[in-house]
Amino acid sequence: MSDAKRPAETLNGGPAEVNAGTAPSSSFLELRDLKIHFPTDDGLVKSVDGLSFKLERGKTLGIVGESGSGKSVTSLGILGLHNRRNAKVSGEIWLDGTELVSASEEQVRRLRGRNMAMIFQDPLSAMHPFYTVGAQIIEAYRVHNDVSKAVARKHAIDMLGRVGIPKPDKRVDDYPHQFSGGMRQRAMIAMALSCDPELLIADEPTTALDVTVQAQILDLIRDLQQEFNSAIIMITHDLGVTAELSDDVLVMYGGRCIERGTANEVFHEPEHPYTWGLLGSMPRLDRHRSERLQPIPGSPPSLINLPQGCAFNPRCPYSDQTGGLSTSERPELRETAAGHLVACHLHADKRRQIFADEIRPKL
Amino acid sequence: MPRIVFAYLIRRLIGAVIMLLIVSVVVFGIFFGIPKLVGQTNDQLAASFVGKAPTAEAIAQTKHRLNLDKPIWVQYGKWIQGVVAGQDFNNGPSKEHCSAPCFGYSFKNNQAVLPQLEDRAPATLSLAAGAAIIWLLSGVATGILSALKRGSIWDRAAMVIALAGVSLPIYFTGLLSMQIFSYNLDVLPGGGSYVPFSQNPGTWFQSLILPWITLAFLYAATYARLTRAGMLETLGEDYIRTARAKGLAERAVIAKHALRSTLTPILTVFGMDLGLLLGGAVLTEHTFGIPGLGQLSIDGIVGNDLPVVLGVTLVAALFIVVANLIVDLLYAVIDPRVRLG
Amino acid sequence: MKKIRPIAALAAGLVATTGLAACGGGSGGSNKGAGYNAATDKVINQSDKKGGTLRFAISDDFDSPDPGNTYYAWSQNFVRLYGRGLLTFKPAAGSESNQVVPDLAQGPGTPSDGGKTWTYKLRSGVKYDDGTPVTSKDVKYAVERSNFTDELQLGPKYFKAYLQDNTPAYKGPYKDKSPQGLKSIETPDDSTVIFHLSKPFSEFDYLVGMAQTIPVPQAKDKGLKYEQAIVSSGPYKIDSYQRGKSMTLSRNPNWDPSTDPIRKALPDRIELQLKQSGDDIDNRLLAGSLDVDAAGVGVQSGTQGKLLSDQTKKANTDNPLQGYLRFASMNLHVAPLDNVHCRRAVQYATDKVAMQSAYGGPLAGGDVATTILPPSIVGYTKFDKYPQKYKQGGGLDDSTLAQAKSELQQCGKPTGFKTKISARSDRPKEVAMAQAMQQGLKQVGIQTEIVQYPAGDYFNKYVGAPKFVHDNGVGIMLMAWSADWPTGYGFLSQILDGRAIKPSGGNNLPEENNQKINDLFDQAIGNTDKEARAKIYGQIDQMAMDDAVDIPIIYAKALLYRPPNVTNVGITQGYGGMYDYLNMGVKK
Repeated sequence: MSDAKRPAETLNGGPAEVNAGTAPSSSFLELRDLKIHFPTDDGLVKSVDGLSFKLERGKTLGIVGESGSGKSVTSLGILGLHNRRNAKVSGEIWLDGTELVSASEEQVRRLRGRNMAMIFQDPLSAMHPFYTVGAQIIEAYRVHNDVSKAVARKHAIDMLGRVGIPKPDKRVDDYPHQFSGGMRQRAMIAMALSCDPELLIADEPTTALDVTVQAQILDLIRDLQQEFNSAIIMITHDLGVTAELSDDVLVMYGGRCIERGTANEVFHEPEHPYTWGLLGSMPRLDRHRSERLQPIPGSPPSLINLPQGCAFNPRCPYSDQTGGLSTSERPELRETAAGHLVACHLHADKRRQIFADEIRPKL
Repeated sequence: MPRIVFAYLIRRLIGAVIMLLIVSVVVFGIFFGIPKLVGQTNDQLAASFVGKAPTAEAIAQTKHRLNLDKPIWVQYGKWIQGVVAGQDFNNGPSKEHCSAPCFGYSFKNNQAVLPQLEDRAPATLSLAAGAAIIWLLSGVATGILSALKRGSIWDRAAMVIALAGVSLPIYFTGLLSMQIFSYNLDVLPGGGSYVPFSQNPGTWFQSLILPWITLAFLYAATYARLTRAGMLETLGEDYIRTARAKGLAERAVIAKHALRSTLTPILTVFGMDLGLLLGGAVLTEHTFGIPGLGQLSIDGIVGNDLPVVLGVTLVAALFIVVANLIVDLLYAVIDPRVRLG
Repeated sequence: MKKIRPIAALAAGLVATTGLAACGGGSGGSNKGAGYNAATDKVINQSDKKGGTLRFAISDDFDSPDPGNTYYAWSQNFVRLYGRGLLTFKPAAGSESNQVVPDLAQGPGTPSDGGKTWTYKLRSGVKYDDGTPVTSKDVKYAVERSNFTDELQLGPKYFKAYLQDNTPAYKGPYKDKSPQGLKSIETPDDSTVIFHLSKPFSEFDYLVGMAQTIPVPQAKDKGLKYEQAIVSSGPYKIDSYQRGKSMTLSRNPNWDPSTDPIRKALPDRIELQLKQSGDDIDNRLLAGSLDVDAAGVGVQSGTQGKLLSDQTKKANTDNPLQGYLRFASMNLHVAPLDNVHCRRAVQYATDKVAMQSAYGGPLAGGDVATTILPPSIVGYTKFDKYPQKYKQGGGLDDSTLAQAKSELQQCGKPTGFKTKISARSDRPKEVAMAQAMQQGLKQVGIQTEIVQYPAGDYFNKYVGAPKFVHDNGVGIMLMAWSADWPTGYGFLSQILDGRAIKPSGGNNLPEENNQKINDLFDQAIGNTDKEARAKIYGQIDQMAMDDAVDIPIIYAKALLYRPPNVTNVGITQGYGGMYDYLNMGVKK
């Protein structure tokens, strides 16, 4: 593939120093204190409120969290798909040396689909019902590649074949409604990958699919990642998917990151009570049937009025063990081990002890 | 596929004929039934085709001449017979043959109905088609701009004007526009200036400018509101987000992805509106003195002229049926999820 | 008879222009108007200038433009542009326009046999537009087809009523192909036509003055279709007539002015647009893009204000009498109105001024009436049998109410009585009049209930059917009346002659059957002395008012607009107070 290097002008041709005083990121993708706020009649909705992370080529970052925790808003924010008139975006998003928050809409648009692409959940509604699958892939390809329709069509058939759609030369002229759910998701992936993006964001790519198909799709994404050496952000509330695919995992709650680490760390040595809750509510094949899933009590917080102190404190069974800090002070994201960050007022030893004594046996 | 479409068209055609038959029965029923309910007799009906202070003898003669002395089903049978086989009408010194399909002979105008419909249709067609083009273009354009600039001064102004458009009656806007542009400024011809296209295309066009705009104003408003609402809804669709995620320019997103979805439901409304209008744009025709089907239908209704009322109603029904069929066919072309059947 | 003005009320109903009244404008006012009411008694803007196009428009259509098949007053006025009957109304204004003058005939009819035989001599040299000469046979044929066929039913049937019939009854030229046709019309030569009536009829000239004597050559007659192929005998021929659309006339090259002393034939072309919006017609008249509203029944109510508030515009208006009377009839067989004193009480207690305002006031409604004959009819005599006084600010004066009470006393109903007032349900102004009347009568204890019937059946089924009136006790009935020819006989005979009472569809609503009145009608119509007849009509009016059977309310009027560029404009009473179309021209 010709993907490895982009023409330099695309990535580096933007305004030389938009964020004066801030050093350009050396990572492929780096978010620095990203905030995405929506002013509404009821108040300011802080959907994402200070998110930072790095992601390198060929790596996968899993973002997990409940609905409304800010996962999808973050991914749309990276792609620049928020309407700048009704979303207030601040902070920095560095993609391969270009800062996107301060870039022009046109600049971001040119990166979209080509350098960064997205696989949306629910491909039935995410694909235009009036255009054939082929036409939609061709369109995606031709936006960024000045080729004839015939060439683009060949590419589309090629892509459909690559994502495992049988008889792609025939199915290319089918409409989305003529595809099955899994096939549609594959087509969606083919469309997202049509320009060999370096960054691929997959938003709940398997939620609507049954388990067999789900596994196939995940395999496909993994294979494609290896082929294209793309960086992937995998957004899901399904920890199983994350565990299977991710190198790193970021747990979001109330628009902020509350735990971040390698997949191994987050799944095997989680330190945030919310992460424990997530793990406890995850169905596992190796679990005994008699054991019941433990849903996290309470409901996600309002993004307009986050609880005082730790946003999780009203739902946290251990908030009384922090000497009142949980309800008064917001916990900083602190390194608990190398590369493993947690935002919790519980003492690190205490956390590990609770996990070992109370949580792990139930998982 | 063509065979499916052909079978579909045949089915629709049969449906249309049945519907037109039902319409004719209903019109007959209403024409004779409703007046009977309020106590009107056939004598009184016949009296409306006789001069002032009609004598009993004159009424009897007229009743006989117009077949009003026969039972209603016999009259209907004769009408159907005329459609299928033609009919003769007595002028006095001679008979006039009205060859099949003969849709009856006017009680008042001393002419067969069909030629009158053919004579009137071009005026209505000119009026409706021209107005439709204007309202579709201006209404949809306004609606799109309003949706894209939602909440702006432009949006608010456009929606206020749209509200005015739907609220102001044609005879008001029509008379006002003529007062200003025809009688005060003298830049456009006023009422009664319509001539057929075949007679003088230039005058035809000029005479229709005000009626077109007046009529279009009424509809453009509705279409602007429909388009605006539809566009806003469409812009919230997932596939629009997908299109943007592909890196498509905003203009392409609107023109290629959003517009097509927005216009599809509007097409249905448009088909109905145009079909209805082709049956006679009554108020516009009246206000501007355009001799179209609408004027003919008023004359028919006011004059108790059953064959004319029947004829105009059937034409209107036919236009609606045809417009619906075209809309359904177009729908199948536009939306691949729709199957004919 | 003209119970209704045959102009579709639809246009007016659909269109309301109050909002436009302020828009003013119009460019037609370069000439100064001749003055308010200037054309009511003299022809103004007199001119002999030929050329140009005279533009008419109307919100209705003809009943038929076939002279033998039309009844509408404006149509009778208009058809004379392309047809010449034996006689016609004199092109003049005011009372002069009530006279009939020779047109196709050389002079008025010569009566003989005590008024039962009428002879007319045709002018020589009159030709149709195809160049063939007009003969007396065509006049005879025209009368036969218009009065005796089954097909042509829209026009009046006076000839059928007054001419001697064949035995067996004549069936009209379409069925009876015998060469002699109706034997009572003789044509001894091509220029003579003789009518034999079954009884003396001194006003036969008025019947002959109707459009039905406009000649029709038998070979050209197409029956109901003749309206599409009318042969012209007047100064204009019909280029096209399209139902509901228009009629255009151009000069008839075979019309010879030397045979036609009454017509000027000024415009080169005449256009008549049909089925136009009534409001638009007014706007066009004011803007100068139209010359005449052919209907002649006045401008729309929205336009009245516009005209009267502007002195220059008002100077171009006329407010003529429209030749008809709005009145209330009291039935002689519904108690207690069978007592003349009770009827007189109603005469006094009727608030005519309130009723006048209810109908639109003096301008659009008309003048308060005290006689049955309107002033524009031959035979009108001014009198007031039941003089009323009105209070300042409205309402009947106490002295008038006292008069009414005294009549009630004599009637034996000192505290009043109960009865019904009928009005046509689809005529809101008439209903409003009934309400105004009800209020007035209440003051003297006459309690009334208003009953409404549809106009279409008003005479056929309701108040024109004596049995219905008696059974339902409808004591007072509102109606309007005008004449087919402007004399006392034309006006009064259908509403006061006892022999006009019919089981249904009659117009003698009081069922007045006074032998003296009946005899006077016979005396008058048998009398060839015009002045003597006119005197008798005045007597009949007075006798009917003595009987107190009808309460005259208003002599109807209308507000007409005449653009200043139109010449030879005068109000003709012959056609009921509209402009005379015969000699109109346009200044260019």
